[in-house]
Amino acid sequence: MTLRDLIDKLLGRQPASADTAKQRLRLVLAHDRSDLNPELLEQMRREILEVVNRYVEIDLEEGDVSLATEDRVTALVANLPIRRARMPQPGQSVAATAPEEGSEGVATLG
Amino acid sequence: MTAQSSRYILICSGKGGVGKTTLTANLGIALARLGARTAVLDADFGLRNLDLLLGLENRIVYTAQEVLAGSCRLEQALVKHKQEPNLALLPAGNPRMLEWLKPEDMRQIAAMVGEQFDYVLIDAPAGIEGGFRNAMAAATEAIVVTTPEVSAVRDADRVIGLLNSEGVKPIQLVLNRVRPKMMASQEMLAVDDVTDILALPLLGLVVEDEQVIVSTNRGEPLTLGDGGSPAARAYTNVARRLCGEDVPLIDPSKERQGLRARIGRLMQTKIF
Repeated sequence: MTLRDLIDKLLGRQPASADTAKQRLRLVLAHDRSDLNPELLEQMRREILEVVNRYVEIDLEEGDVSLATEDRVTALVANLPIRRARMPQPGQSVAATAPEEGSEGVATLG
Repeated sequence: MTAQSSRYILICSGKGGVGKTTLTANLGIALARLGARTAVLDADFGLRNLDLLLGLENRIVYTAQEVLAGSCRLEQALVKHKQEPNLALLPAGNPRMLEWLKPEDMRQIAAMVGEQFDYVLIDAPAGIEGGFRNAMAAATEAIVVTTPEVSAVRDADRVIGLLNSEGVKPIQLVLNRVRPKMMASQEMLAVDDVTDILALPLLGLVVEDEQVIVSTNRGEPLTLGDGGSPAARAYTNVARRLCGEDVPLIDPSKERQGLRARIGRLMQTKIF
């Protein structure tokens, strides 16, 4: 927080508009750059959860898949809390290790 | 210089009205004055204006259209600038050319021009549609012009995405119409904000300058004179940096000395 932010807050004034502009730009560019509409993003989220759910039991309510942008690279960030590993079925090779709470996977879209 | 070492530089912005054509005209003159043989190509076939900003509108006989059709030689279409003979303009053809013009056509024209010039500056149209893609095809590097406004930065980002996917590089940024006072009081996106968001190296900073309007009225780019108007100096510095000269960049919002500027800087002190 800068001195100006503090004074603005004390006086109940709106913060300087440059910061608002920066925040709004970052958000809108993350979506522009990914070229994914919200519908597609939601479908991808469901499918990712489905696949992960085959291997480990995850908290479907808590699962979060979203886009983040930094330095012209848009990343798909998934935060999927794992409850426990599923028992591997005979004939299937699922290399499930000890479950970890709140594992995070990051995939780069480009 | 041989044709192989010619530089084909696209000047683009996405959004209209941010200063592409003004930059092209001023940069063209400035490069020519530095001794480089420079050609400016008006690739904005729909809404051509480069001729007007250079004061060459009455001297156009042939355009890129006749050159492509083979009905005139390139030398006949090129309009040489009277005061700055190192600079020539290849005017845009009829807007109806847009119906059939292809990226290969633009590449062909640029290559012909490049045989005789060191620098080929291509003034792109606004937008990201066919006209822009044609112009982009002729370029091997690009200058993106933007202003510190959300819409201009957003559109610049779209254009940078397209340039990246076409392999045009390097891409450098010119931040135009900067108002140091507003930046200092945090009511305009800061220089660093824009360069961080777009992740491009900064080639130049041009402050808002009324002299730009005066010079376009006359059809005499600011860089023609020896005048010390802030924008004229900024455009000349862009040209010198393009030529590889190391000219330091000064952020005008941080250079301001008055009491208000000092208070503005004090206000930016991080307290926790």
